[in-house]
Amino acid sequence: MHLILFLIFAGFCLAGAVNLLLQTHPINSALSLIVVMSSLAVLYLLLGAEFLAIAQIIVYAGAVMVLFTFVVMLLNVGEEERTHGSKIYRVVGFPAVIVFFSVMTTVILEAQKHMRGISLKDAITTTQDLSRVLFRDMLLPFELTSVLILIAILGAVALARKEGHS
Amino acid sequence: MHFDVVPDSWYLILSALLFTLGVVGFLIKRSLITVFMSIELMLNAVNLSFVTFAHEWHAVKGQIFVFFVMMVAAAEAAVGLAIIIAIFRARATLNVDQIDLMKL
Repeated sequence: MHLILFLIFAGFCLAGAVNLLLQTHPINSALSLIVVMSSLAVLYLLLGAEFLAIAQIIVYAGAVMVLFTFVVMLLNVGEEERTHGSKIYRVVGFPAVIVFFSVMTTVILEAQKHMRGISLKDAITTTQDLSRVLFRDMLLPFELTSVLILIAILGAVALARKEGHS
Repeated sequence: MHFDVVPDSWYLILSALLFTLGVVGFLIKRSLITVFMSIELMLNAVNLSFVTFAHEWHAVKGQIFVFFVMMVAAAEAAVGLAIIIAIFRARATLNVDQIDLMKL
């Protein structure tokens, strides 16, 4: 059961990510990114992270992607122009990407010998467990993120405001 | 192979694959807004690794780290999109090849 669910949603993830690259219109890319993020939420559930799965849906698939689609529609961005300004990315970028992926895969497959494998029968991390650690050991970082978000809101408003109005 | 057990490495390789696709998108996409989406894809890929390792070692702090990454990503998306709107107002384009004032 776990294997089937993993294969289905990993497939959705990869299909969405590849579609994001292939689409030329930003709104289609944004919609495929929503598919990726929702499938990742299911994968988090399979890994026993129930709070993060819900947070992924609410924060990423909900808030962040709504912001993206909102901006795409607000600016009425058209089809992407296929200009080729820089050639460096072909010479340096793609080999670097391939090397990175090969190294990561080798390391992961090597490390697999020391790992148990994931089963649905494993204990899940409940929201209670998570909040216990979050509010006891991590209270200061948690409060700092709320300050960070406040600053981000103010910064976003200041940046997006039309010039000349006061 | 047993149907109920998936090796950890599959999740980690999926994460590496998504990160790689994010980097490729960052390199080949020419629209500022899709470049920004590729960055979000990379952040999500790393989050998947964090959750997998947190599950493997029963470390709740790994999940809390993902929570913080999500919060920072949300803040970053708000500021980034505001910058995109400001750039579009000033330049009337989102093509990264035309927004290259700070490029060498």
